[in-house]
Amino acid sequence: MKRIEAVIKPFKLEDVKDALAEIGVTGMTVTEVKGYGRQKGHSELYRGAEYVVDFLPKIKMEMVVSEDMVEQTVNTVVEAARTGKIGDGKIFVSDIEKIIRIRTGEEDSEAI
Amino acid sequence: MKKWLVALLLALPSLALAEDKLDTGDTAWMMVSTALVLLMTPAGLALFYGGMTRSKNVLNTYAMVLGAFVVAFIAWIAAGYSMAFGDGGSLQSFIGGFGNAFLSGISWTDLSGTYPTYVFVVFQGTFAAITVAIASGSVIERMKFSTWLVYAALWTIVVYAPITHMVWGGDGALLFDAGALDFAGGTVVHMNGGLSGLVLAYLVGKRNGYPKIAMKPMSVMLTALGAALLWFGWYGFNGGSAFGANAIAGLAYLTTTLATAVAAVTWMLIEWFVYKKPTLLGAASGVVAGLVAITPAAGFVDVSGAIIVGAIGSVVAFFGVAVLKKKLGYDDSLDAFGIHFLAGLWGALATGVLAVADNDLLWDGPLKESGDRMGQFMVQVESVAVVGLVTLVGTVVVYYIASALTGGGRVDEETEQIGLDETVHGEKAMNL
Repeated sequence: MKRIEAVIKPFKLEDVKDALAEIGVTGMTVTEVKGYGRQKGHSELYRGAEYVVDFLPKIKMEMVVSEDMVEQTVNTVVEAARTGKIGDGKIFVSDIEKIIRIRTGEEDSEAI
Repeated sequence: MKKWLVALLLALPSLALAEDKLDTGDTAWMMVSTALVLLMTPAGLALFYGGMTRSKNVLNTYAMVLGAFVVAFIAWIAAGYSMAFGDGGSLQSFIGGFGNAFLSGISWTDLSGTYPTYVFVVFQGTFAAITVAIASGSVIERMKFSTWLVYAALWTIVVYAPITHMVWGGDGALLFDAGALDFAGGTVVHMNGGLSGLVLAYLVGKRNGYPKIAMKPMSVMLTALGAALLWFGWYGFNGGSAFGANAIAGLAYLTTTLATAVAAVTWMLIEWFVYKKPTLLGAASGVVAGLVAITPAAGFVDVSGAIIVGAIGSVVAFFGVAVLKKKLGYDDSLDAFGIHFLAGLWGALATGVLAVADNDLLWDGPLKESGDRMGQFMVQVESVAVVGLVTLVGTVVVYYIASALTGGGRVDEETEQIGLDETVHGEKAMNL
């Protein structure tokens, strides 16, 4: 079992979600986050006063999938979230030790 | 206006002439104009300023504008009107005296020319109130609310009324006799309000953290809506200053719209050129700069005059906001000085240069009497100098009195940090 975290551009959320639903990813958790990487921030201008905004709004999506789904999931996110411009985001993959479904008590692959 | 003011004097009970007759068209127009000018303050200016304020202080800014309006209007009835439009006797050059305090001696049947004097009193009261309110933009987010309200009441009587008297107070008044052309208040309202704002900004001091920390407007959308409401109300401000439903009001409608449109386009183009982006806040600022600039000229210039007044008015205000303010380092938070004073100053001077030589439009003065344009320009210079001086001195005096009466004019640092909405008013702009 792997956790896949993807930080993406907010306006790509719908595309990525639909693409993942098509390949059978059954759930995800989405958080509105702020941050910066190579894109850095942007500047805002009010009556000639320029303010630099360091942290840009992004969406972080987390999903947990079985080993055999990892590659396909990652590829799907990359494909759906890519614009080719700086600031498209990053994907992190990590191990998951245990999963429990609260309603039934099912564990691990049963609970994905 | 001048002709009309002579008529006002004649309309006083002791001098009433048989031919004074109420005109329903004029009366209807002046009543509508009054309501339009009212809209400019507790809706237009309040949203224009509120939108530019940080979200923790937006209600306080709105309350300063609304508060200034209500307090100033009461002060206007109590003594302001009398000081502005009453008979000043031996001091007629400078003030109107207290003879009409609380409107004593004025009856509901009295006419000001062709419409009721009471309508004139309210119409002029809305001018007094917006002038006071303009200055609030310079000292938002840190001035004490109690000090501000006391200041607004005193300033209406001590500064606004004498200036109004000198410019519009009828025969014997200093600048009126000199022949100053100020159609609807470039000197009386905008230079006056804008300069008093700058003086207050110096006296109250900068906001904590200015200009190092980012102070972002809560909503440019509200500011743009405020500018639109100001524009709408300005038809009463300038159109109503023709004091009748007539062709001069029609001219004021045209010049007001044209100069404003030109000013907004100009500001956008400057930003596009200088910063590569035309901001909505810039366009809204251009709208207000144009409205201010055309105010003294509205009933005196033609199409080409209106275009010049609007375009240069925008350039001057942009310079004030984006260059002068940074150089001098004062915290005129919402640019009451940069926009109202500078565009008002430009408009007042430009009126002398661009007023058309048409004696049916001109008021008595060098240009009308002898076609002396240079002389007229010098009168315009005299009027801005006198108004500037009185505003400067009067504002300092009134601020110190208001500050002494309320135990200091500025909120403490913690209040400023938390925000005035929560600490002063106990409410929030939005509960999301």
